[in-house]
Amino acid sequence: MKKWKKGLGAVMVTVLGASLLAGCGSSGKNSSAASGSEGAGGDLTVIKIASQSPLSGSSSAYGESIKLGGQMALEERKDEFKKLGFDLQFVPYDDQGDSKKGVANAELIGADKSVMAVLGHFNSGVSIPSSVVYEKYSIPMVSPGSTATDLTDRKLKSVNRVVARDDFQGPAGAEYAVKTVGAKNIFIIQDQTAYGKGIADSFQNAAKELGANIVGYEGITVGEKDFSGVLNQVLSKKPDFIYFGVLYNEGGLIVKQAREKGIDVPIMGGDGIDSSGMVDVAGDKLTNVAYSSVATDIIKSNKEWADKYHQKFGKNPENYAVYSYDAMNVILNALTKAIDANGGKVPAREKVRDAIRTTTDYQGIATKVSFDDKGDNKYAKVFIYKYDGPQYPGSMISEVEPK
Amino acid sequence: MISEILQTLPQVLVDGLALGAVYAVVAIGYTMVYGILEFINFAHGEIFMTGAFAGTAALLTLKSAGLLGAMPGWLAYLLAFVIAMLLTGILGIGIERVAYRPLRKAPKLISFISAVGISFLLQDIVRFIADLKTGNFIVTGITLYDSNLKVAASSLWSVFGDAFIKTNTIIVLAAAVVLMIGLDLFVNRTKWGVAMRAVAQDRDTASLMSINVNKVIALTFFIGSALGGGTGVLFAQQYGTIDPYIGFTLGMKAFTAAVLGGIGNIRGAMFGGILIGLIEMLASTNLGILTGGSFGAEYKDVMSFLILIVVLIFKPEGLFGKAIKEKV
Amino acid sequence: MNKWIFVLRQNKLVLAAVYAVFVIVTALSVYLSDKSVVSFLLLLSSFLLLYYTAFPNTVKWGIAGVLLLIVIPFATSGGASHESYMEVVTQCGIYIAMALGLNIVVGFAGLLDLGFIAFFAVGAYSYAIFSTPQVSNFISGNLFPLSGSWFWLFILLGGFIAALFGVLLGLPVLRVKGDYLAIVTLGFGEIIRLIFNNLSKPVNITNGAMGISSIPPPNLFGFQFTFPHQFYFIVIAILAVVLFGVRRLEHSRLGRSWKAIRENEIAAQAMGIPVIGTKLTAFAVGASFSGMMGVVFAAKQTFIDPTSFTLVESATILVMVILGGMGSVPGVILGAAIVTILNLQVLTELTNWFNQLTLNGIVNIPSALSPSKMQRLLFGVILVLMAIFRPNGLIAAKNRKVNEEKLKANLPKAAVPIGQSAKQSGGAFK
Repeated sequence: MKKWKKGLGAVMVTVLGASLLAGCGSSGKNSSAASGSEGAGGDLTVIKIASQSPLSGSSSAYGESIKLGGQMALEERKDEFKKLGFDLQFVPYDDQGDSKKGVANAELIGADKSVMAVLGHFNSGVSIPSSVVYEKYSIPMVSPGSTATDLTDRKLKSVNRVVARDDFQGPAGAEYAVKTVGAKNIFIIQDQTAYGKGIADSFQNAAKELGANIVGYEGITVGEKDFSGVLNQVLSKKPDFIYFGVLYNEGGLIVKQAREKGIDVPIMGGDGIDSSGMVDVAGDKLTNVAYSSVATDIIKSNKEWADKYHQKFGKNPENYAVYSYDAMNVILNALTKAIDANGGKVPAREKVRDAIRTTTDYQGIATKVSFDDKGDNKYAKVFIYKYDGPQYPGSMISEVEPK
Repeated sequence: MISEILQTLPQVLVDGLALGAVYAVVAIGYTMVYGILEFINFAHGEIFMTGAFAGTAALLTLKSAGLLGAMPGWLAYLLAFVIAMLLTGILGIGIERVAYRPLRKAPKLISFISAVGISFLLQDIVRFIADLKTGNFIVTGITLYDSNLKVAASSLWSVFGDAFIKTNTIIVLAAAVVLMIGLDLFVNRTKWGVAMRAVAQDRDTASLMSINVNKVIALTFFIGSALGGGTGVLFAQQYGTIDPYIGFTLGMKAFTAAVLGGIGNIRGAMFGGILIGLIEMLASTNLGILTGGSFGAEYKDVMSFLILIVVLIFKPEGLFGKAIKEKV
Repeated sequence: MNKWIFVLRQNKLVLAAVYAVFVIVTALSVYLSDKSVVSFLLLLSSFLLLYYTAFPNTVKWGIAGVLLLIVIPFATSGGASHESYMEVVTQCGIYIAMALGLNIVVGFAGLLDLGFIAFFAVGAYSYAIFSTPQVSNFISGNLFPLSGSWFWLFILLGGFIAALFGVLLGLPVLRVKGDYLAIVTLGFGEIIRLIFNNLSKPVNITNGAMGISSIPPPNLFGFQFTFPHQFYFIVIAILAVVLFGVRRLEHSRLGRSWKAIRENEIAAQAMGIPVIGTKLTAFAVGASFSGMMGVVFAAKQTFIDPTSFTLVESATILVMVILGGMGSVPGVILGAAIVTILNLQVLTELTNWFNQLTLNGIVNIPSALSPSKMQRLLFGVILVLMAIFRPNGLIAAKNRKVNEEKLKANLPKAAVPIGQSAKQSGGAFK
C-alpha cells in the first residue's frame, strides 16, 4: 500500500514536472533532494538524529564542536544500527544562536516523523523555547551545553542535559572568587541573554552570601565592539574583582579593553569563555582571567580520544565536542533499548524519550551520566580554570564535585 | 555621584573623542553624497565595514606572506589604509554606476530602496567571504600598535582619575584630522572642489558651464567611500574584532552626526560626529551612575536614535545647515 | 499557444475543466507523496492561476475559499509532513497580512516605513506579557496571568494597541518627508526593539533579551490550538477580514485620498484632503494588521524575544511589498507568499540537501555557502533589481477603470454646474 502510494506520487510529480518545465527549473533540485535522501537507505528503515547548534554567528565555535562530536559518535555506531535493519542518519541544523530560528527548526524536526531525538542546543536562550516544541512532539533532546536553570526546572519530559547547571556553576565561581582570591568588592557584567544573565545572577547571589560586596551590575549588548562605557564605570567603582556572564567574543574584547585601560584586577567568567576564541580575541592581554567550566580538558584527560577526533576532523576538539559525543551515545543507547523493547521495529518517540530519561550510570568519555527526574545529570562536575597568557585551554585550578 | 563622574571624565573624553573621530569621518561620506544628489546613501555604513575587512585582509595576507615582520609597523598600517581606501573608493563608484545612476530620475523612494538593497548585498557578500576564508564571520585582525600611554590627569586636578590612551587612539585622531583638513582644502581650494560645489548647487546649470556632472558625482562617491573605508581600518585597529554587521549601527550614528551638523555641510558633519561620540560615551558611562543602576549602558544606542529623531523633527536643517523652503 | 489561451478565455467551461484538473492533480500528488516541495508549490500556485483566469470576481473568491478551507488542509494531510506544510502556509498567511498592512503605508500612501516590524512586536508582546507570569512583576492581583481563552480578545486588543503606536510613529510625518521619514521610522523601530530588549529593570516588564516563554496557546471553549494545522484556520479567518478591509478601503474615499497624497501631496492638499489626518490613518490601519498577527505569532511560537523583531524583519516585509508591486493587493499577496516560501521551505530544504551531500562525502560544500544564510543577499538582489528594472513589481497596481460611457449616461441631459457634476461622478466611482 505504502509503496504504491509512493510510486504513484512519484509518477504524478514527474508528470507535473514535465508539463511545467518552465516553472520549476530551480525547485526541481528539491524533489530530487527529498527523494534522494529516502532512496539512499535501500531496504533499511531510516532513523534520523537531528542536532541543533549555532553553526554560524558569535558562538559558532561551540556549535561546530557540538555538531562534530555528535557526528563522530553517530558514525562510529552506524554499522551497529545497520545490523538491526536501520539506516541511521545525522541531520545537523543551524540554529544560529537565534531562538526564533531554533523554534522554526524545531517545528521542522517535529514534523519529520523519522527524527527520533535531538542533540542540542548550545545557547540556553535557544534551548528553552525550542524545548516547548520538542515537548509538543514528544521528541527527546539532550543538551551538551545549555546550563540555564530554567531549562530543566520546568520539568519537561523531553529535556535532558549532561552538563552542570548554572546554579551549581555560579556558586562554584563565587566560592573561588571570595574564598580563593579574597575578593571583597565585585563588579558584575552580563550580556542580557538567558545564559549570561542566569549565570551572573547565580554568581551574584552566592557571592553576596559569602559576604562580598557587589559594587556594580551592568548589561551589555551582544555584537558590540566598544565596551569603554561599561569599563569606565568599572574604573569609577574601583572593584577588586570583575565577574562577567558573556560569550567569548564579547568576553575577549572586554578583557582586552579593560587591560588597556589599566584595569588589572582579576576577571572571571563562566563556561561561555571556555573557548580558543578567547585567545584569538584578547591576545596577549589575556592574563589573570579565571573561568568555571562544565567541561573537562579532554586533551589532557583522554589523549587517545582527542587524537581520534583530530585525525577525523583535522582540528583539536573544543571542550564541548566530547560532551556532545557522550550525549549522542546516551541517545543511541536509549534508542537501541527502545528498539529492542519494540521487537526490533521503529519505536514510538515517547518510548525513546522515556528510555533516555532512565539512563543510569552510563560511563562516557568525559563524564558519567545518570539523569534525575528533571533531566539533570547527577554526575555533572564543575571545573575552575585560569588563563595566564594567550594559551587555550587555561590551567586547571580545581574540580568541584556535585553536592 | 559627582565625584564619580568627574573621576572618569578624562578617560571618557579620550574614548569619546576616538569614537567621535570615527563617526565624523564616516558622516562626511553621507553628507557629501547628500549635498550633491539629495539622496541618503544608505549603504555607506556597509562601505565602512567593507573597508574594515579589506584592511584586515590586507594585513593578514601580509602576515601569511611573511612580510609583516619585515616591514615597520607604520608602513603596514599605511599600506592597509591605502588599500582599503582605494578598494572602497572604487566600490563606491561601482555602486553609484550600477544601482544609483539608472535611478537618478526615478522617485526618491525607489533609489532609497535600491540603497537598502545594496546595503544587504554588501553585508552578505562580506559575510560570505569572511566565513569562507576564516570559518567564522567574526574576524580578529592583527593589532599593530597596542601600547598604552598614561595621561596623568590627576596631577591637573586631584578629582580626576588618570586616563589611558592607546597609541592607536592617537593615530585615529591624527588620521581623522588629516583627512578632514585635506578634504576641506580639496573642496574649497581646488578646481574639482569648485566643480563639486557647483554641481551641488545646481546640477543643470553646472552642466551648462561645461562641468561633467557624471564625473563629479563619481568623484564624490570615490572620496566619500574612500574616507568611509579608511575609517574602517582605523576602527578595526582600535577595537581588534570586526563582523559584517558593524556597519549598520555605526552608519546610523554617523548619519545622525551628519544630520546634527546640517546635512550637506562638511564641517558640520565633523562637528556632529565628535559631539555624538562624546554624548554616547558620557551616556554609557554615567547613565547607570545617575539613575542608580535602573538604566545603564545598554541604553546608549537608544540615546543616539533619540537624538536623530528629535533633530529630524524639530531642527531638520541641523546645527549649521540652512533651512530650505519648499517651492511649488 | 496563443490560440489555446484564446480558447480558454472564450470558453469558461473548458477553462473550468482545465483548472479543476490542475488542482486535482496537484492536490493528489501532494496527498500521495511523503514530502514533495514541488507539487506543494504547484498546488499553491493554483491561486496565481486563479487570479489570471477569466472567471468573474465572486466566483474567484468562492474557488479560493474552497481551496483554502478544504483542498489544502485535506491534500497536505496525506503524508508525514502535514505539519511542516501547514507551518509554511500559516506563516505565509501571517506575512501576507503584514505585507498588506505595510502596503497601505508604502503602497497606497507612499510613506516609506522601515520600522514596520515594531508593530508586530507590540502586538506579540501585549499578548505575551499579559498571558504569562511576567505580568505579576508590575500588576498584582489574581486576574493575571490571563488564560488562553483571552487570546480572541487580544487579537483585537493587539491590533488596537499597535494602531496607537502607529499613530505615535506617524507623528513625525507632521514634519518629516521622503527618505528622512524612512530613517526616522527605522530609528523608531530600533528604539522599540532596544526598549523591549532592555526593559527588564528597574521593573521587569519584557524580561529583556531572555524573552518570554511558555505563552499559553489559544483556547476556544476548552479546545486548545497548539499545532500549525490548527493555527492555520485562525490565520485564514483573520486574513479574510484583513483582505475584505483592504479591498473596501482601497477604493473608498480614504483610499483615494492616500493615493492622491502619494502622487502629489501639495495637489492633494489643494483638493481639500486633510494631509496629516490621512497619513496618520494610513499608519494606524497598517499597524493594526501587523499587531493582530503579532498576537497570533506569539501564541503560535509560545516564545518571543527581541531578536525576532530586527531591521531585517522589517526589510523582509518591505521586500514582499516591493517584489509584489507597491499598491497592488494581489501583487503584495504574491510577493509575501514567494518570500515566505523561499525563506521557510526552499532555502531550508536546499540547505538540508547540501548538508546531506556534505555528510555523505559526495561533494564538500562549506557551511558558509549554505543557502539558508543567503537571506540578506537574496533580499538585497531582489530590492536592487526590482528598483532598477521593475519598480512596479510583479503584478503592477491597476487603478480601477472608469466606464466613461456609463458615466455620461448617468449625467442629466441638461447642462449642470461644474461642481455638481463632479459630485455626481464622485458617486459613480464608488
